[in-house]
Amino acid sequence: MKSRIGPYLQSAPAMLWLALFFIVPLLAIVSISLMTGNSIDGYTLTWNFSVFPDALDQYSAQLGRSFLYGGISTLLALIAMYPVAYWIAFHGGRRKSIFLFLLLLPFLVSFIIRILTWQFILSDEGIVLGTLKDLGILGENAHILSTPVAVITGLTYDALPWMALPIYVALEKIDRDLVEAAGDLYASGYQQFRRIILPLSAPGIYAGILLVGIANIGDYLSAQILGGPSTTMIGNIIQTQYVQNGDYPVASALSLMLMLALLLCVFVYARVFGTRTIQEYA
Amino acid sequence: MAGKGISADGARPVRRFPWTRFVLPSYVFVVMAYTLVPIAVMILYTFNKAPNQRLTFSWHGFTTEWYSKLFEVQDLTQALWHSLEVAVISSIIATALGTPAAIALARRRFRGRGAIDLVVVTNLTAPTVVVGASLLGFFIALSVPRGLVTILIAHVAFNIAIVIIVVQARVSGFDESLEEAAADLGAPPWITFWKVTMPLILPGIFSAFLLSFALSIDDYIITSFVAGQTLTFPLWVAGAVKVGIPPQVFVMGTLIFVSGVLIALASLILQRWGDHGETVRT
Repeated sequence: MKSRIGPYLQSAPAMLWLALFFIVPLLAIVSISLMTGNSIDGYTLTWNFSVFPDALDQYSAQLGRSFLYGGISTLLALIAMYPVAYWIAFHGGRRKSIFLFLLLLPFLVSFIIRILTWQFILSDEGIVLGTLKDLGILGENAHILSTPVAVITGLTYDALPWMALPIYVALEKIDRDLVEAAGDLYASGYQQFRRIILPLSAPGIYAGILLVGIANIGDYLSAQILGGPSTTMIGNIIQTQYVQNGDYPVASALSLMLMLALLLCVFVYARVFGTRTIQEYA
Repeated sequence: MAGKGISADGARPVRRFPWTRFVLPSYVFVVMAYTLVPIAVMILYTFNKAPNQRLTFSWHGFTTEWYSKLFEVQDLTQALWHSLEVAVISSIIATALGTPAAIALARRRFRGRGAIDLVVVTNLTAPTVVVGASLLGFFIALSVPRGLVTILIAHVAFNIAIVIIVVQARVSGFDESLEEAAADLGAPPWITFWKVTMPLILPGIFSAFLLSFALSIDDYIITSFVAGQTLTFPLWVAGAVKVGIPPQVFVMGTLIFVSGVLIALASLILQRWGDHGETVRT
Protein backbone atom coordinates (compact mmCIF):
# COMPACT_ATOMS: atom_id res chain seq x y z
CA MET A 1 0.00 0.00 0.00
CA LYS A 2 2.73 2.46 0.92
CA SER A 3 4.91 1.84 -2.13
CA ARG A 4 6.65 4.69 -3.87
CA ILE A 5 4.72 4.38 -7.11
CA GLY A 6 1.41 3.85 -5.31
CA PRO A 7 0.17 7.44 -5.43
CA TYR A 8 1.16 7.72 -9.10
CA LEU A 9 -0.77 4.60 -10.03
CA GLN A 10 -3.75 5.85 -8.05
CA SER A 11 -3.86 9.27 -9.66
CA ALA A 12 -2.74 8.26 -13.17
CA PRO A 13 -6.17 7.44 -14.69
CA ALA A 14 -7.78 10.71 -13.53
CA MET A 15 -4.76 12.76 -14.54
CA LEU A 16 -4.54 11.12 -17.97
CA TRP A 17 -8.18 11.98 -18.60
CA LEU A 18 -7.66 15.60 -17.52
CA ALA A 19 -4.43 15.88 -19.51
CA LEU A 20 -6.03 14.54 -22.67
CA PHE A 21 -9.42 16.26 -22.44
CA PHE A 22 -8.59 19.47 -20.60
CA ILE A 23 -4.91 20.44 -20.87
CA VAL A 24 -4.24 19.28 -24.45
CA PRO A 25 -7.38 21.02 -25.82
CA LEU A 26 -6.35 24.24 -24.08
CA LEU A 27 -2.95 24.00 -25.79
CA ALA A 28 -4.61 23.02 -29.07
CA ILE A 29 -6.61 26.23 -29.24
CA VAL A 30 -3.37 28.19 -29.01
CA SER A 31 -2.32 26.70 -32.34
CA ILE A 32 -5.86 26.98 -33.75
CA SER A 33 -5.96 30.69 -32.92
CA LEU A 34 -2.82 31.23 -35.04
CA MET A 35 -4.31 29.61 -38.16
CA THR A 36 -5.81 31.35 -41.17
CA GLY A 37 -8.28 30.07 -43.74
CA ASN A 38 -12.03 29.60 -43.92
CA SER A 39 -14.51 27.01 -42.77
CA ILE A 40 -14.91 25.46 -46.25
CA ASP A 41 -11.29 25.07 -47.41
CA GLY A 42 -9.98 24.43 -43.92
CA TYR A 43 -7.38 26.22 -41.83
CA THR A 44 -3.59 26.12 -41.90
CA LEU A 45 -1.15 27.27 -39.28
CA THR A 46 0.34 30.58 -40.44
CA TRP A 47 1.42 31.99 -37.06
CA ASN A 48 -1.05 34.79 -37.56
CA PHE A 49 -0.46 36.62 -34.30
CA SER A 50 -2.45 39.64 -35.45
CA VAL A 51 -5.62 37.67 -34.65
CA PHE A 52 -5.26 38.73 -31.00
CA PRO A 53 -5.21 42.52 -31.44
CA ASP A 54 -7.78 42.21 -34.25
CA ALA A 55 -10.22 40.14 -32.21
CA LEU A 56 -9.69 42.37 -29.20
CA ASP A 57 -10.38 45.40 -31.33
CA GLN A 58 -13.47 43.95 -32.98
CA TYR A 59 -15.05 42.57 -29.83
CA SER A 60 -13.81 44.97 -27.17
CA ALA A 61 -17.41 46.10 -26.52
CA GLN A 62 -18.59 42.56 -25.75
CA LEU A 63 -15.50 41.82 -23.68
CA GLY A 64 -15.97 45.00 -21.67
CA ARG A 65 -19.67 44.24 -21.24
CA SER A 66 -18.86 40.74 -19.93
CA PHE A 67 -16.60 42.15 -17.25
CA LEU A 68 -19.13 44.89 -16.49
CA TYR A 69 -22.17 42.59 -16.17
CA GLY A 70 -20.10 39.91 -14.45
CA GLY A 71 -18.67 42.45 -12.03
CA ILE A 72 -22.00 44.12 -11.19
CA SER A 73 -23.81 40.80 -10.68
CA THR A 74 -20.99 39.49 -8.47
CA LEU A 75 -21.04 42.64 -6.36
CA LEU A 76 -24.84 42.56 -6.03
CA ALA A 77 -24.74 38.89 -5.01
CA LEU A 78 -22.07 39.67 -2.40
CA ILE A 79 -24.04 42.57 -0.91
CA ALA A 80 -27.24 40.50 -0.91
CA MET A 81 -25.79 37.31 0.53
CA TYR A 82 -23.22 38.40 3.11
CA PRO A 83 -25.85 39.43 5.67
CA VAL A 84 -27.81 36.23 4.99
CA ALA A 85 -24.73 34.01 5.45
CA TYR A 86 -23.81 36.01 8.55
CA TRP A 87 -27.25 35.63 10.09
CA ILE A 88 -27.40 31.90 9.42
CA ALA A 89 -23.89 31.31 10.79
CA PHE A 90 -24.26 33.42 13.93
CA HIS A 91 -27.98 33.47 14.64
CA GLY A 92 -29.34 30.43 12.80
CA GLY A 93 -29.46 28.39 15.99
CA ARG A 94 -30.58 24.83 15.70
CA ARG A 95 -32.37 25.48 12.41
CA LYS A 96 -29.15 26.35 10.61
CA SER A 97 -29.29 23.36 8.29
CA ILE A 98 -32.88 24.14 7.35
CA PHE A 99 -32.00 27.73 6.40
CA LEU A 100 -29.00 26.51 4.40
CA PHE A 101 -31.20 23.98 2.68
CA LEU A 102 -33.70 26.70 1.68
CA LEU A 103 -30.85 28.84 0.40
CA LEU A 104 -29.52 26.04 -1.80
CA LEU A 105 -32.93 25.02 -3.21
CA PRO A 106 -32.37 26.86 -6.53
CA PHE A 107 -29.57 24.35 -7.24
CA LEU A 108 -32.24 21.69 -7.60
CA VAL A 109 -33.88 23.53 -10.47
CA SER A 110 -32.27 23.19 -13.87
CA PHE A 111 -30.08 26.17 -14.81
CA ILE A 112 -31.99 26.72 -18.05
CA ILE A 113 -35.37 26.62 -16.29
CA ARG A 114 -34.22 29.16 -13.68
CA ILE A 115 -33.38 31.57 -16.49
CA LEU A 116 -36.63 30.80 -18.33
CA THR A 117 -38.67 31.64 -15.24
CA TRP A 118 -36.96 35.03 -15.16
CA GLN A 119 -38.00 35.54 -18.76
CA PHE A 120 -41.54 34.87 -17.50
CA ILE A 121 -41.27 37.15 -14.50
CA LEU A 122 -39.70 40.03 -16.41
CA SER A 123 -41.89 39.77 -19.54
CA ASP A 124 -43.77 42.89 -20.62
CA GLU A 125 -47.04 41.75 -19.07
CA GLY A 126 -45.40 39.71 -16.29
CA ILE A 127 -45.66 40.01 -12.51
CA VAL A 128 -43.29 42.95 -12.23
CA LEU A 129 -44.02 45.05 -15.29
CA GLY A 130 -47.70 44.11 -15.55
CA THR A 131 -48.32 45.22 -11.97
CA LEU A 132 -46.34 48.42 -12.28
CA LYS A 133 -48.18 49.26 -15.51
CA ASP A 134 -51.57 48.54 -13.96
CA LEU A 135 -50.71 50.84 -11.09
CA GLY A 136 -49.76 53.51 -13.60
CA ILE A 137 -46.20 53.75 -12.27
CA LEU A 138 -44.72 52.76 -15.61
CA GLY A 139 -45.84 53.66 -19.12
CA GLU A 140 -47.35 51.03 -21.42
CA ASN A 141 -44.13 50.74 -23.43
CA ALA A 142 -41.80 50.02 -20.53
CA HIS A 143 -39.87 46.79 -20.81
CA ILE A 144 -36.99 45.02 -19.09
CA LEU A 145 -36.26 42.03 -21.33
CA SER A 146 -33.44 42.64 -23.83
CA THR A 147 -31.93 45.27 -21.54
CA PRO A 148 -28.80 44.98 -19.38
CA VAL A 149 -31.08 45.00 -16.31
CA ALA A 150 -32.65 41.69 -17.38
CA VAL A 151 -29.27 40.04 -18.06
CA ILE A 152 -27.81 41.26 -14.76
CA THR A 153 -30.94 40.10 -12.90
CA GLY A 154 -30.49 36.60 -14.31
CA LEU A 155 -26.75 36.52 -13.62
CA THR A 156 -27.21 37.79 -10.05
CA TYR A 157 -29.93 35.28 -9.26
CA ASP A 158 -27.76 32.38 -10.42
CA ALA A 159 -24.90 33.66 -8.29
CA LEU A 160 -26.79 33.87 -4.97
CA PRO A 161 -26.24 30.34 -3.58
CA TRP A 162 -22.70 30.14 -5.00
CA MET A 163 -21.85 33.36 -3.19
CA ALA A 164 -23.57 32.45 0.09
CA LEU A 165 -21.96 29.05 0.51
CA PRO A 166 -18.22 29.93 0.80
CA ILE A 167 -19.00 32.99 2.93
CA TYR A 168 -21.10 30.85 5.25
CA VAL A 169 -18.31 28.24 5.55
CA ALA A 170 -15.79 30.97 6.45
CA LEU A 171 -18.12 32.58 9.01
CA GLU A 172 -18.96 29.22 10.54
CA LYS A 173 -15.24 28.54 11.12
CA ILE A 174 -14.71 31.71 13.16
CA ASP A 175 -13.93 30.89 16.77
CA ARG A 176 -16.82 32.35 18.77
CA ASP A 177 -14.47 32.94 21.71
CA LEU A 178 -12.63 35.59 19.70
CA VAL A 179 -15.82 37.55 19.20
CA GLU A 180 -16.70 37.12 22.85
CA ALA A 181 -13.23 38.25 23.92
CA ALA A 182 -13.63 41.39 21.83
CA GLY A 183 -16.94 42.00 23.57
CA ASP A 184 -15.38 41.51 26.99
CA LEU A 185 -12.77 44.09 26.05
CA TYR A 186 -15.61 46.54 25.39
CA ALA A 187 -15.56 46.43 21.59
CA SER A 188 -18.88 47.70 20.30
CA GLY A 189 -20.99 45.48 18.08
CA TYR A 190 -19.80 47.37 15.05
CA GLN A 191 -16.15 47.08 16.12
CA GLN A 192 -16.54 43.33 16.71
CA PHE A 193 -17.84 42.98 13.20
CA ARG A 194 -15.38 45.32 11.53
CA ARG A 195 -12.24 44.12 13.36
CA ILE A 196 -12.90 40.41 13.95
CA ILE A 197 -15.71 38.92 11.88
CA LEU A 198 -15.18 40.72 8.58
CA PRO A 199 -11.39 40.07 8.32
CA LEU A 200 -11.79 36.43 9.32
CA SER A 201 -14.50 35.88 6.71
CA ALA A 202 -12.39 37.48 3.95
CA PRO A 203 -11.20 34.16 2.42
CA GLY A 204 -14.86 33.16 1.98
CA ILE A 205 -15.67 36.49 0.37
CA TYR A 206 -12.79 36.15 -2.07
CA ALA A 207 -13.69 32.54 -2.86
CA GLY A 208 -17.29 33.60 -3.56
CA ILE A 209 -16.16 36.48 -5.77
CA LEU A 210 -13.85 34.16 -7.68
CA LEU A 211 -16.41 31.39 -8.20
CA VAL A 212 -19.23 33.70 -9.19
CA GLY A 213 -17.16 36.22 -11.10
CA ILE A 214 -15.56 33.64 -13.40
CA ALA A 215 -18.85 31.85 -14.05
CA ASN A 216 -20.73 35.09 -14.75
CA ILE A 217 -18.10 36.76 -16.93
CA GLY A 218 -18.00 33.68 -19.17
CA ASP A 219 -21.75 33.02 -19.09
CA TYR A 220 -23.78 33.41 -22.22
CA LEU A 221 -27.11 31.77 -21.48
CA SER A 222 -28.51 34.73 -19.51
CA ALA A 223 -27.61 37.09 -22.32
CA GLN A 224 -29.01 34.67 -24.91
CA ILE A 225 -32.39 34.25 -23.23
CA LEU A 226 -32.94 37.45 -21.26
CA GLY A 227 -30.88 39.85 -23.38
CA GLY A 228 -31.07 41.32 -26.86
CA PRO A 229 -28.68 42.38 -29.61
CA SER A 230 -27.28 45.20 -27.47
CA THR A 231 -26.38 42.94 -24.52
CA THR A 232 -24.24 40.26 -26.21
CA MET A 233 -21.42 39.05 -24.01
CA ILE A 234 -18.08 37.52 -25.00
CA GLY A 235 -19.44 34.01 -24.35
CA ASN A 236 -22.15 34.57 -26.96
CA ILE A 237 -19.52 35.63 -29.49
CA ILE A 238 -17.29 32.62 -28.79
CA GLN A 239 -20.28 30.30 -29.09
CA THR A 240 -21.61 31.75 -32.36
CA GLN A 241 -18.19 32.05 -33.96
CA TYR A 242 -17.25 28.50 -33.02
CA VAL A 243 -20.45 26.50 -33.37
CA GLN A 244 -22.41 28.43 -35.98
CA ASN A 245 -19.92 30.37 -38.12
CA GLY A 246 -17.00 27.97 -37.90
CA ASP A 247 -14.57 30.86 -37.47
CA TYR A 248 -12.28 28.83 -35.22
CA PRO A 249 -9.21 31.08 -35.06
CA VAL A 250 -11.11 34.16 -33.84
CA ALA A 251 -13.18 32.13 -31.35
CA SER A 252 -10.03 30.43 -30.05
CA ALA A 253 -8.21 33.74 -29.70
CA LEU A 254 -11.15 35.18 -27.74
CA SER A 255 -11.29 32.10 -25.50
CA LEU A 256 -7.58 32.35 -24.80
CA MET A 257 -7.74 36.01 -23.94
CA LEU A 258 -10.72 35.44 -21.64
CA MET A 259 -8.92 32.54 -19.99
CA LEU A 260 -5.72 34.55 -19.54
CA ALA A 261 -7.55 37.54 -18.08
CA LEU A 262 -9.31 35.27 -15.57
CA LEU A 263 -6.18 33.23 -14.81
CA LEU A 264 -4.48 36.48 -13.90
CA CYS A 265 -7.22 37.09 -11.34
CA VAL A 266 -6.86 33.52 -9.99
CA PHE A 267 -3.08 33.94 -9.84
CA VAL A 268 -3.35 37.13 -7.83
CA TYR A 269 -5.83 35.34 -5.56
CA ALA A 270 -3.50 32.34 -5.13
CA ARG A 271 -0.60 34.61 -4.24
CA VAL A 272 -2.67 36.22 -1.52
CA PHE A 273 -4.55 33.22 -0.11
CA GLY A 274 -2.88 30.07 -1.49
CA THR A 275 -4.46 27.43 -3.76
CA ARG A 276 -5.67 25.38 -0.81
CA THR A 277 -8.34 27.90 0.06
CA ILE A 278 -9.74 27.75 -3.47
CA GLN A 279 -10.02 23.98 -3.17
CA GLU A 280 -11.59 24.21 0.24
CA TYR A 281 -14.39 26.42 -0.91
CA ALA A 282 -14.87 25.24 -4.46
CA MET B 1 -36.17 30.65 16.91
CA ALA B 2 -35.91 32.97 13.95
CA GLY B 3 -36.14 36.58 14.96
CA LYS B 4 -35.02 36.12 18.55
CA GLY B 5 -31.33 36.17 17.67
CA ILE B 6 -30.31 33.21 19.79
CA SER B 7 -26.65 32.53 19.23
CA ALA B 8 -25.10 29.56 17.47
CA ASP B 9 -24.35 27.67 20.68
CA GLY B 10 -26.93 28.51 23.27
CA ALA B 11 -24.49 28.13 26.16
CA ARG B 12 -22.22 31.08 25.37
CA PRO B 13 -24.25 33.85 23.78
CA VAL B 14 -22.33 35.89 21.24
CA ARG B 15 -22.73 39.60 21.87
CA ARG B 16 -25.04 40.77 19.17
CA PHE B 17 -25.90 44.02 17.52
CA PRO B 18 -29.33 45.31 18.50
CA TRP B 19 -30.53 45.25 14.90
CA THR B 20 -30.01 41.50 14.61
CA ARG B 21 -33.27 41.04 16.50
CA PHE B 22 -35.53 42.45 13.85
CA VAL B 23 -33.91 44.10 10.83
CA LEU B 24 -31.52 41.29 9.88
CA PRO B 25 -34.04 38.42 10.21
CA SER B 26 -36.57 40.33 8.09
CA TYR B 27 -33.90 40.96 5.49
CA VAL B 28 -32.93 37.27 5.46
CA PHE B 29 -36.59 36.38 5.06
CA VAL B 30 -36.96 38.73 2.06
CA VAL B 31 -33.82 37.37 0.32
CA MET B 32 -34.91 33.77 0.92
CA ALA B 33 -38.36 34.54 -0.46
CA TYR B 34 -36.72 36.16 -3.48
CA THR B 35 -34.59 33.09 -4.19
CA LEU B 36 -37.72 30.92 -4.08
CA VAL B 37 -39.80 33.04 -6.50
CA PRO B 38 -38.57 31.36 -9.73
CA ILE B 39 -39.20 27.93 -8.19
CA ALA B 40 -42.75 28.92 -7.31
CA VAL B 41 -43.28 30.30 -10.83
CA MET B 42 -42.05 27.03 -12.35
CA ILE B 43 -44.34 24.86 -10.22
CA LEU B 44 -47.36 27.17 -10.62
CA TYR B 45 -47.17 27.22 -14.40
CA THR B 46 -47.13 23.44 -14.70
CA PHE B 47 -50.83 23.76 -13.77
CA ASN B 48 -51.73 26.43 -16.31
CA LYS B 49 -54.23 25.38 -18.98
CA ALA B 50 -51.95 26.80 -21.68
CA PRO B 51 -53.40 26.97 -25.18
CA ASN B 52 -51.46 25.59 -28.19
CA GLN B 53 -49.32 23.36 -25.97
CA ARG B 54 -47.07 26.31 -25.20
CA LEU B 55 -46.37 28.06 -21.91
CA THR B 56 -47.90 31.52 -21.75
CA PHE B 57 -47.72 34.08 -19.02
CA SER B 58 -51.48 34.69 -18.90
CA TRP B 59 -53.42 32.30 -16.68
CA HIS B 60 -55.99 30.13 -18.48
CA GLY B 61 -57.25 28.01 -15.63
CA PHE B 62 -56.06 25.07 -13.55
CA THR B 63 -55.22 21.70 -15.12
CA THR B 64 -53.12 18.64 -14.35
CA GLU B 65 -53.16 17.74 -18.05
CA TRP B 66 -49.41 18.30 -18.53
CA TYR B 67 -48.51 15.79 -15.85
CA SER B 68 -50.47 13.06 -17.61
CA LYS B 69 -49.03 14.11 -20.98
CA LEU B 70 -45.50 14.24 -19.57
CA PHE B 71 -43.84 12.18 -22.29
CA GLU B 72 -45.92 13.37 -25.24
CA VAL B 73 -43.33 15.68 -26.73
CA GLN B 74 -41.11 13.00 -28.21
CA ASP B 75 -37.90 14.97 -28.89
CA LEU B 76 -38.06 16.41 -25.39
CA THR B 77 -38.40 12.98 -23.83
CA GLN B 78 -35.52 11.78 -25.99
CA ALA B 79 -33.40 14.75 -24.86
CA LEU B 80 -34.20 14.10 -21.19
CA TRP B 81 -33.22 10.48 -21.70
CA HIS B 82 -29.88 11.56 -23.20
CA SER B 83 -29.28 13.82 -20.21
CA LEU B 84 -29.99 11.03 -17.74
CA GLU B 85 -27.76 8.58 -19.63
CA VAL B 86 -24.86 11.03 -19.76
CA ALA B 87 -25.31 12.01 -16.11
CA VAL B 88 -25.34 8.42 -14.83
CA ILE B 89 -22.45 7.14 -16.95
CA SER B 90 -20.23 10.22 -16.59
CA SER B 91 -20.72 10.29 -12.80
CA ILE B 92 -19.81 6.61 -12.51
CA ILE B 93 -16.65 7.01 -14.61
CA ALA B 94 -15.63 10.24 -12.87
CA THR B 95 -16.16 8.73 -9.42
CA ALA B 96 -14.21 5.60 -10.36
CA LEU B 97 -11.27 7.62 -11.73
CA GLY B 98 -11.35 10.47 -9.24
CA THR B 99 -11.64 8.52 -5.97
CA PRO B 100 -8.22 6.76 -6.04
CA ALA B 101 -6.57 10.04 -7.06
CA ALA B 102 -8.32 11.83 -4.19
CA ILE B 103 -7.13 9.21 -1.69
CA ALA B 104 -3.55 9.52 -2.95
CA LEU B 105 -3.69 13.31 -2.77
CA ALA B 106 -5.17 13.37 0.71
CA ARG B 107 -2.79 10.82 2.24
CA ARG B 108 0.56 10.88 0.52
CA ARG B 109 3.22 13.45 -0.08
CA PHE B 110 4.73 12.79 -3.48
CA ARG B 111 6.52 14.64 -6.24
CA GLY B 112 4.08 16.20 -8.71
CA ARG B 113 1.34 16.58 -6.13
CA GLY B 114 1.45 20.34 -6.52
CA ALA B 115 1.08 20.02 -10.29
CA ILE B 116 -1.99 17.81 -9.86
CA ASP B 117 -3.50 20.31 -7.44
CA LEU B 118 -2.88 23.04 -9.97
CA VAL B 119 -4.58 21.09 -12.81
CA VAL B 120 -7.59 20.37 -10.60
CA VAL B 121 -7.95 23.99 -9.48
CA THR B 122 -7.53 25.30 -13.02
CA ASN B 123 -10.16 22.86 -14.21
CA LEU B 124 -12.60 24.02 -11.53
CA THR B 125 -12.01 27.71 -12.08
CA ALA B 126 -11.63 27.77 -15.88
CA PRO B 127 -14.59 29.54 -17.51
CA THR B 128 -16.88 26.86 -18.90
CA VAL B 129 -17.18 28.64 -22.22
CA VAL B 130 -13.40 28.28 -22.69
CA VAL B 131 -13.42 24.62 -21.62
CA GLY B 132 -16.21 23.92 -24.14
CA ALA B 133 -14.59 25.88 -26.95
CA SER B 134 -11.19 24.25 -26.48
CA LEU B 135 -12.69 20.74 -26.41
CA LEU B 136 -14.60 21.46 -29.60
CA GLY B 137 -11.42 22.74 -31.24
CA PHE B 138 -9.63 19.57 -30.14
CA PHE B 139 -12.38 17.29 -31.47
CA ILE B 140 -12.54 19.17 -34.78
CA ALA B 141 -8.74 19.01 -35.18
CA LEU B 142 -8.85 15.23 -34.70
CA SER B 143 -12.07 14.93 -36.80
CA VAL B 144 -13.90 13.20 -33.97
CA PRO B 145 -17.63 13.16 -34.80
CA ARG B 146 -19.61 15.06 -32.15
CA GLY B 147 -22.39 13.26 -30.31
CA LEU B 148 -23.23 11.38 -27.16
CA VAL B 149 -19.64 10.08 -26.77
CA THR B 150 -18.05 13.53 -26.93
CA ILE B 151 -20.64 14.87 -24.46
CA LEU B 152 -19.75 11.99 -22.15
CA ILE B 153 -15.99 12.67 -22.44
CA ALA B 154 -16.51 16.35 -21.63
CA HIS B 155 -18.74 15.62 -18.64
CA VAL B 156 -16.30 13.10 -17.18
CA ALA B 157 -13.53 15.70 -17.55
CA PHE B 158 -15.35 18.37 -15.52
CA ASN B 159 -16.69 15.87 -12.97
CA ILE B 160 -13.29 14.32 -12.15
CA ALA B 161 -12.08 17.56 -10.55
CA ILE B 162 -15.30 17.78 -8.49
CA VAL B 163 -14.93 14.17 -7.30
CA ILE B 164 -11.28 14.75 -6.36
CA ILE B 165 -12.15 17.83 -4.28
CA VAL B 166 -15.15 16.29 -2.49
CA VAL B 167 -13.59 12.89 -1.72
CA GLN B 168 -10.27 14.47 -0.71
CA ALA B 169 -12.09 16.63 1.83
CA ARG B 170 -13.65 13.54 3.46
CA VAL B 171 -10.47 11.45 3.41
CA SER B 172 -8.45 14.25 5.03
CA GLY B 173 -10.55 14.06 8.17
CA PHE B 174 -10.07 10.33 8.47
CA ASP B 175 -8.39 8.72 11.49
CA GLU B 176 -5.52 6.62 10.12
CA SER B 177 -4.99 4.82 13.44
CA LEU B 178 -8.09 2.76 12.58
CA GLU B 179 -6.23 1.28 9.60
CA GLU B 180 -3.13 0.71 11.71
CA ALA B 181 -5.29 -1.11 14.27
CA ALA B 182 -6.65 -3.38 11.55
CA ALA B 183 -3.11 -4.07 10.34
CA ASP B 184 -1.95 -4.80 13.89
CA LEU B 185 -4.75 -7.31 14.21
CA GLY B 186 -3.31 -9.09 11.18
CA ALA B 187 -5.60 -7.87 8.40
CA PRO B 188 -3.89 -7.88 4.99
CA PRO B 189 -3.92 -4.46 3.25
CA TRP B 190 -6.79 -5.21 0.90
CA ILE B 191 -9.00 -6.49 3.72
CA THR B 192 -8.19 -3.32 5.68
CA PHE B 193 -9.14 -1.27 2.65
CA TRP B 194 -12.48 -2.97 2.06
CA LYS B 195 -13.49 -3.46 5.69
CA VAL B 196 -12.16 -0.26 7.29
CA THR B 197 -11.24 2.45 4.79
CA MET B 198 -14.04 1.96 2.28
CA PRO B 199 -17.02 2.09 4.69
CA LEU B 200 -15.61 5.26 6.27
CA ILE B 201 -15.11 7.18 3.02
CA LEU B 202 -18.23 5.82 1.29
CA PRO B 203 -20.42 8.80 2.30
CA GLY B 204 -17.86 11.10 0.67
CA ILE B 205 -17.82 9.02 -2.50
CA PHE B 206 -21.60 9.01 -2.55
CA SER B 207 -21.90 12.78 -2.21
CA ALA B 208 -19.26 13.21 -4.93
CA PHE B 209 -21.35 10.99 -7.18
CA LEU B 210 -24.55 12.95 -6.45
CA LEU B 211 -22.82 16.28 -7.07
CA SER B 212 -21.38 15.02 -10.38
CA PHE B 213 -24.80 13.77 -11.39
CA ALA B 214 -26.41 17.13 -10.59
CA LEU B 215 -23.74 19.13 -12.45
CA SER B 216 -23.88 16.84 -15.44
CA ILE B 217 -27.64 16.83 -15.88
CA ASP B 218 -27.65 20.62 -15.61
CA ASP B 219 -24.73 21.50 -17.84
CA TYR B 220 -25.58 23.72 -20.76
CA ILE B 221 -22.51 25.69 -21.78
CA ILE B 222 -19.89 22.94 -22.24
CA THR B 223 -22.44 20.55 -23.75
CA SER B 224 -23.56 23.16 -26.27
CA PHE B 225 -20.08 23.08 -27.79
CA VAL B 226 -19.44 19.36 -28.00
CA ALA B 227 -22.96 18.00 -28.65
CA GLY B 228 -23.06 18.13 -32.46
CA GLN B 229 -26.63 17.23 -33.46
CA THR B 230 -27.37 15.38 -30.22
CA LEU B 231 -29.67 17.22 -27.84
CA THR B 232 -29.68 17.01 -24.06
CA PHE B 233 -32.52 18.40 -21.94
CA PRO B 234 -30.99 21.88 -21.43
CA LEU B 235 -30.00 22.12 -25.11
CA TRP B 236 -33.49 21.15 -26.29
CA VAL B 237 -35.12 23.69 -24.00
CA ALA B 238 -32.77 26.50 -25.08
CA GLY B 239 -33.54 25.64 -28.70
CA ALA B 240 -37.29 25.73 -28.05
CA VAL B 241 -37.25 29.22 -26.50
CA LYS B 242 -37.88 30.95 -29.84
CA VAL B 243 -40.86 28.79 -30.83
CA GLY B 244 -42.33 28.53 -27.35
CA ILE B 245 -41.77 26.17 -24.44
CA PRO B 246 -44.11 23.19 -24.00
CA PRO B 247 -45.47 22.99 -20.42
CA GLN B 248 -43.86 19.54 -20.10
CA VAL B 249 -40.49 21.30 -19.66
CA PHE B 250 -41.66 22.87 -16.40
CA VAL B 251 -43.28 19.58 -15.36
CA MET B 252 -39.96 17.76 -15.83
CA GLY B 253 -38.18 20.57 -13.99
CA THR B 254 -40.69 20.24 -11.14
CA LEU B 255 -40.30 16.47 -10.94
CA ILE B 256 -36.48 16.76 -10.92
CA PHE B 257 -36.79 19.44 -8.24
CA VAL B 258 -39.10 17.34 -6.07
CA SER B 259 -36.86 14.26 -6.29
CA GLY B 260 -33.85 16.44 -5.46
CA VAL B 261 -35.64 17.82 -2.39
CA LEU B 262 -36.60 14.32 -1.25
CA ILE B 263 -33.02 13.01 -1.62
CA ALA B 264 -31.62 16.04 0.20
CA LEU B 265 -34.19 15.78 3.01
CA ALA B 266 -33.49 12.08 3.42
CA SER B 267 -29.75 12.71 3.76
CA LEU B 268 -30.38 15.63 6.13
CA ILE B 269 -32.54 13.44 8.39
CA LEU B 270 -30.02 10.59 8.29
CA GLN B 271 -27.23 13.01 9.14
CA ARG B 272 -29.19 14.43 12.13
CA TRP B 273 -30.02 10.98 13.29
CA GLY B 274 -26.35 9.96 13.10
CA ASP B 275 -25.27 13.05 15.02
CA HIS B 276 -27.69 12.37 17.90
CA GLY B 277 -28.99 15.88 17.90
CA GLU B 278 -25.62 17.62 17.95
CA THR B 279 -25.30 20.80 15.95
CA VAL B 280 -25.33 19.82 12.33
CA ARG B 281 -22.46 21.29 10.42
CA THR B 282 -22.81 21.30 6.70
